[in-house]
Amino acid sequence: MKNSEKQLLIKKHSPHSNIVKNFLISFVFGGLICGVGECLFLLYKSLTGDTELSSLLVTLTLIFIASILTGIGVFDRIAKHAGAGTLVPVTGFANAVVSEAMDSQSEGYVLGVGAKIFTVAGPVILFGTACGVVYGIIYFLLSFFGAV
Amino acid sequence: MKRVIKVKNNISIISHASVGGGEERRGPLGDKLDFCDPSDTFGQSTFEVAEGECGRIALNTALTKANLSHEDLELLVAGDLQNQCVGTSLSLGSFGIPFLGIYGACSTCTEALLILSAFMDSATDMQYGGAVTTSHNSAAERQFRTPLEYGGQRSPSAQWTATAGGAFLLGRDKTKPLITEYMPGKIVDGGTLDGSNMGAAMSFAAADTIISYFNETGRKPSDFDYIVTGDLGRVGSDILEDILSRELPGAECFHRDCGLMLYDTSRQDAHSGASGCGTSAAVLSAYFLPLLESGKIRRILLLSTGALMSPSSILQGQNIAGIAPLIRIDSPISS
Repeated sequence: MKNSEKQLLIKKHSPHSNIVKNFLISFVFGGLICGVGECLFLLYKSLTGDTELSSLLVTLTLIFIASILTGIGVFDRIAKHAGAGTLVPVTGFANAVVSEAMDSQSEGYVLGVGAKIFTVAGPVILFGTACGVVYGIIYFLLSFFGAV
Repeated sequence: MKRVIKVKNNISIISHASVGGGEERRGPLGDKLDFCDPSDTFGQSTFEVAEGECGRIALNTALTKANLSHEDLELLVAGDLQNQCVGTSLSLGSFGIPFLGIYGACSTCTEALLILSAFMDSATDMQYGGAVTTSHNSAAERQFRTPLEYGGQRSPSAQWTATAGGAFLLGRDKTKPLITEYMPGKIVDGGTLDGSNMGAAMSFAAADTIISYFNETGRKPSDFDYIVTGDLGRVGSDILEDILSRELPGAECFHRDCGLMLYDTSRQDAHSGASGCGTSAAVLSAYFLPLLESGKIRRILLLSTGALMSPSSILQGQNIAGIAPLIRIDSPISS
């Protein structure tokens, strides 16, 4: 059997994800997390009066909650339904780091947790930093020529 | 090229045992498994060791059922789903039985029975041998996919690696189910590099083995009660039955897949069904062998199906290859 025939058969019999349903659920969950973030921001802002500090505290709180939920085995059960809704906000990043740390614990703290903690989240850190550098260079050039 | 080999002497499965975890206990065959641990840890501190312990429990149970000791076994052929078969070597080493460790991905159960049958058929003074196969969901997820608590969505075609194991003791008792033929599988390109659709990748190897077997022997599918595949799941089974309905009409009616028997996919979150080399081992021991022993069915073909790949090979763009070795098991009552 040719490879193209195999691919046709695979395509014929493989079920597709329900994209509309997944989009809607992830939109609701993602919006919910951002809504909670906004509420926290207003709370911190009223307490501290500092916008930048409040934004930072919101991020920290969401990371903390996602990490705790990962630790007690609840996060993956929510994410199974929420999909990108929990993955895209900072909660997904926290989960990727904590879940890998939990898994690697049996292999020791240095070569296990230490070496493997960013296995899943690594690309986000690497390309996030790389994008930051590119953005910085563009910003520098634009401000050098007085464009911004 | 002749591929089907007849077993000349009486080689039978004199005793067997099946072990499962929590999800397997909740499945349709849950009460037929000899031992289940709902925690999936089998009393061990890591899932990797737990996989081996699952095999140790299965072997001990099979030995106890046959009233034999581990010293009676002259050869152990065993494998699991971990790198370097480490689960098996960690747990079965303490028995001190001569050991052949094998890796056939999810085809290990049939491969182990095939190798042991061939050994015992040529070494006619060998009385007893053992074949053990295990897989563990948590150990496999860690090795092949993502961390256990990672929050992601699985594809509808993805399968659930079973936490399960089976042990089989082979002897020369004519009153037990007999292994009468075997046929090694060929490595067949699965046509995909989608790691979450391995049932599809393995289905072409299963089709190759089944069609070659019937072409070579001239038998009809209706000579068998069941043509049992290992862990094709829903997608792989549909593809296999589609191919069989065109190439070997009628054969698809006799097809059963262990991956669709271990879980009830309508109420368990197993998507396309069970996978892992423990699947066919546990289902063979818990379901098919009791039917053969009681004479309710006459004979089956068993093809555990393996997806040959590594996480690196997939990332490097290599298609998943499939393999499906075959053994024929006859009931002692009708033969």
